[in-house]
Amino acid sequence: MSDFDVELDTSGLNCPLPVLKARKALSEMSAGQRLHLIVTDAGANQDIPAFSKMTGNPLIESNEQDGKLHFILEKGAA
Amino acid sequence: MTKKLAIIASKGTLDGAYPPFLLASTAAALGFEVKIFFTFYGLQLLNKELSLKVSPLGNPAMPMPVPVPSIIQIIPGLEWFATWMMKRKLKQKGVASVEDLREICIESDIELIACQMTVDLFDFKEENFIDGISCGGAATFLEFASDADITLYI
Repeated sequence: MSDFDVELDTSGLNCPLPVLKARKALSEMSAGQRLHLIVTDAGANQDIPAFSKMTGNPLIESNEQDGKLHFILEKGAA
Repeated sequence: MTKKLAIIASKGTLDGAYPPFLLASTAAALGFEVKIFFTFYGLQLLNKELSLKVSPLGNPAMPMPVPVPSIIQIIPGLEWFATWMMKRKLKQKGVASVEDLREICIESDIELIACQMTVDLFDFKEENFIDGISCGGAATFLEFASDADITLYI
């Protein structure tokens, strides 16, 4: 996993909470900082890339470890 | 250019409350400007105290632990039981409550509009509604919807 500044574990939470919480976390971060998002909602494989694309916060990395999905999102400039 | 989502919420059941609040809160997180127009039974979603229910009656698609014939479903208490079961399941699966999603909608500056005509029709009292909502009619909704990227009738 790449380096990150903030970690957010949404294990056990279902759609749309991981996206809503990720949005909130990113809004409190500054441009260029990275968020490590941990999700157990299987729909996140599609939802987080869609969220990243629509909000302009690039998805740097995504993988699956121990049955959990891990994403690194970088806070965009906008 | 900000994308816009316009929703008409016409259902006042527990299961009917999810799609408008869930999609609206997510759309706001994605940067949309959102307005929800509450009409007919959807007005129940604006009450300060929500007591939303789900009923298996007339809904053959609702999963039940054991098959319950329609004639049995009229027994008092069955609706209460089905609601209790649904709420327990939602919690177990980590799904947000309707109250939480509605709160996120309010925090996200989503405009909640009560249909004035149905408020009058059912003699609803505006003081029973949550604060910060507005009232409007068909033209209010259509003006926003005419410019929206997505319009949903739920």
